[in-house]
Amino acid sequence: MTDNIIIKLTAAEIAGKIAAGELTAVEVTEAHLARIEAVDEKVHAFLHVDREGALAQARAVDEKRARGEKLGPLAGVPLALKDIFTTAGMPTTVGSKILEGWIPPYDATLVKNLKAADVVILGKTNMDEFAMGSSTENSAYGPTGNPWDLTRIPGGSGGGSSAALAAYEAPLAIGTDTGGSIRQPAAVTGTVGVKPTYGGVSRYGMVAFSSSLDQGGPCARTVLDAALLHEAIAGHDPLDSTSIDAPVPPVVEAARNGSVAGMRVGVVKQFRGEGYQAGVVQRFDESVELLKSLGAEIVELDCPTFDLALSAYYLIAPSECSSNLARFDAMRYGLRVGDDGTRSAEDVTALTREAGFGDEVKRRIILGTYALSSGYYDAYYGSAQKVRTLITREFEKAFEEVDVIVSPTTPTTAFPIGERADDPMAMYLADLCTIPTNLAGNAAMSLPCGLAPEDGLPVGLQIIAPAMKDDRLYKVGAAVEAAFVEKWGHPLLEEAPSL
Amino acid sequence: MTVTELLSYEAALAEYDPVMGLEVHVELGTRTKMFCGCSTELGAEPNSQTCPTCLGLPGSLPVVNAIGVESAIKIGLALHCEIAEWCRFARKNYFYPDMPKNFQTSQYDEPIAFNGYLDVQLEDGEVFRVEIERAHMEEDTGKSLHVGGATGRIHGASHSLLDYNRAGIPLIEIVTKPIEGAGERAPEVAKAYVAELRELIRALGVSDARMDKGQMRCDVNLSLRPHGTEKFGTRSETKNVNSLRSVERAARFEIQRHAAVLSSGGSIVQETRHFHEDDGSTTSGRIKDNAEDYRYFPEPDLVPVAPARAWVEELRATLPEPPRVRRNRLREEWGVSELDMQSILNAGAVEAIVATIEAGADAASARKWWMGELARNANEQGVSLEELAITPADVARVSALVAAGDLNDKLARQVIEGVLAGEGTPDEVVEKRGLKVVSDDGALGAAVEEAIAGNAAIADKIRGGKVAAVGALVGAVMKATRGQADAAKVKDLILEKLGVSEG
Repeated sequence: MTDNIIIKLTAAEIAGKIAAGELTAVEVTEAHLARIEAVDEKVHAFLHVDREGALAQARAVDEKRARGEKLGPLAGVPLALKDIFTTAGMPTTVGSKILEGWIPPYDATLVKNLKAADVVILGKTNMDEFAMGSSTENSAYGPTGNPWDLTRIPGGSGGGSSAALAAYEAPLAIGTDTGGSIRQPAAVTGTVGVKPTYGGVSRYGMVAFSSSLDQGGPCARTVLDAALLHEAIAGHDPLDSTSIDAPVPPVVEAARNGSVAGMRVGVVKQFRGEGYQAGVVQRFDESVELLKSLGAEIVELDCPTFDLALSAYYLIAPSECSSNLARFDAMRYGLRVGDDGTRSAEDVTALTREAGFGDEVKRRIILGTYALSSGYYDAYYGSAQKVRTLITREFEKAFEEVDVIVSPTTPTTAFPIGERADDPMAMYLADLCTIPTNLAGNAAMSLPCGLAPEDGLPVGLQIIAPAMKDDRLYKVGAAVEAAFVEKWGHPLLEEAPSL
Repeated sequence: MTVTELLSYEAALAEYDPVMGLEVHVELGTRTKMFCGCSTELGAEPNSQTCPTCLGLPGSLPVVNAIGVESAIKIGLALHCEIAEWCRFARKNYFYPDMPKNFQTSQYDEPIAFNGYLDVQLEDGEVFRVEIERAHMEEDTGKSLHVGGATGRIHGASHSLLDYNRAGIPLIEIVTKPIEGAGERAPEVAKAYVAELRELIRALGVSDARMDKGQMRCDVNLSLRPHGTEKFGTRSETKNVNSLRSVERAARFEIQRHAAVLSSGGSIVQETRHFHEDDGSTTSGRIKDNAEDYRYFPEPDLVPVAPARAWVEELRATLPEPPRVRRNRLREEWGVSELDMQSILNAGAVEAIVATIEAGADAASARKWWMGELARNANEQGVSLEELAITPADVARVSALVAAGDLNDKLARQVIEGVLAGEGTPDEVVEKRGLKVVSDDGALGAAVEEAIAGNAAIADKIRGGKVAAVGALVGAVMKATRGQADAAKVKDLILEKLGVSEG
């Protein structure tokens, strides 16, 4: 089998062929490493490629099979890991200069779970610094190109992970979603991304941006692959107090049995209007029609508090980040600037932060520090938490009427690199439809629903499910995916230009 | 160095009324830290008891130590506090190199325990009620060692060494409401409160509360107001006052210092102050203006603590008798004065005496041994009574041997000396050293005969009625028996032989 065929296989197919002895894990890993070598100079999805480590893991899988041991459902499948998870012995930068050169002494729980599942970690992917951004332009190590059009953004913060999937550099990737950082990149690259229920995937070893919102999750090119990865990384972790101590929802089973027949699907009034690109709205409306044709009942929903979500988010997330990032003080790890023996610790800390943090990170630290200050706390952080409660209640009310909610994932297709770089407000709008879910802690998925006619770029359909009902995402997602692939005659990614 | 102006204590109290607030930090004796599984053992190699969580490494997360919560609830209950039905941890954001995350995980407006009191007994027996504002859970910081400066403080140091073994050790901070109305006894109340709290913590078994090991640390906040006024004056916060005596001295010093400043028309600056053990003075530390802002917010990495009421009641049922009540009960049972009880307390001998009595000794002899021979021995060795190589059961056995007449006082001391020297149990020491009282009448009779014969002149005096002279003959017998005779018995025998009765 040629490398070109291998890299286009799904994770499920790769695992099946390795288990059947049609492919070795080493062949699969080498094919992807070769692909990275060939295209990543252009795409820049990876910050670090762990060639030796990946091949060693692949060899271990092949040896396991040779010994006749049973292989897990993703054994030998390569994966691109967002550079926000700690990896023992492998650099972890979080896209920031401030952690340049830091080699963590421990593996994140998610990384341990991946290794236990014999998933082959190819390396670490690019991201907006500390996951703050929607374009990956805020990476201290340069932007990532969207494989559909390298002059455009791949979304963010997990642009590296979604670009790696769309460029066939890896069949699986891991992202993290604080305000949309898995779903929005998936939408603009024509891939699948899932934000599990908050607490569904351990945060231990995931460098914190906003603790009450951050959630790791699976990225893939198909709904089934995402489900397989979801199952491998999810579950209770005693090291994360906020991790859910309950069985993982049956996501793989749901992905294998896609159906919307008899389901009630909500469409929220607030998720359209000004700022939404015509082609995005068009593809979304077609998706709703498709759902109807598949047997779903469509229910119009009015959720006025969702209009406040962005404002609440931009108080809560910066507040938590201002505290989470206080530890980067040049004393114990990472960058240290100006320590020439004449300067005080305070001066070295200040110089290091000045050089080590990018503008967006500084902007949010300042914002959050202000919002938490005595005298402002009630007006800002306190009010934002109240809005959060209202949004959660509005979701709860909505889910009394519907099984899932659908919306566009993001109001526009991929915008050109640099277009919104100097306009934070415009950038923040990219997460308009994704943020309410983070605030409420629900589960949500983005999957491709076509190309916008005006620019030929992918549009994402967002499916939102109640907390702990992640399996509904996959049941609906699999049905929609199957219908679209049948309609298009092939997966959407096949329409992407070859690199 | 400027000498701090002080007003005499009497003059200060004549004009002003002191108001105190005491903040005590207690390090819990849990085996592991508050938010991770690292050991809390003291004295380990620097930074050997650390992990990603207590080092605050990127990605790490805290998990609450359930024993820490249980201890906090026990302390709260023993202080007659209400226990929160639902409370959260909060982040206290400030920067210091020995605090790995640059925020301390603490509690803010939702403490686990609040609104209580502790009755403390002053030296004359008067009981003073100290109201408790709150008790909350938090984590300790690491330790900084500033090298190269003259004072050991960061100012002037060439570099600092950081040890994170202590970072994350569970702390309970206990804060009093303003203590008013103590008047001239304020320093005594402060000391008695900290002493009572220490006893309470120990009785609960949640910490050894050794102030000399930093397991219990006290901040003394003090202000003065002119007699007859309601409004509190500006306070100073004297940090890390780490012995009972120092608590009293610090309060006293601050009363005199504040009074000197105020009576000369000056005003007190709100600041932290350092206490100096050597001369009992305080010096200015950090100015605390009101701009200090910790930006508290609920800790998003931890779930709320919601202790079930049934569990709280279960814990309440396990509370020991309050130390003050127990002390008074023991004092009465033992029949000792307030003053004697105070010295027993000061010597740390209460538990040993109780255990010795439980092992069968009578109160008087148990107290005699622990407060006499054994206290002296511990003092000489510079160890606590519990650290001596003798158990209450051993002491009780010695008492029993004395009571049975098998040992006299002098021999008993030798037995104790032997036990302390590791020669075995009291019975083994008696056996090995051959320390039985000579009570064999035949052997003793011979020694008596010998003494009378060898001291004829004295014997005559005694026969002649000078009974007091018998001492010399007793001495001779004791010498001959190498002290192993019962002196009283010897005296009786001699008088009997000489046909004299003690009139």
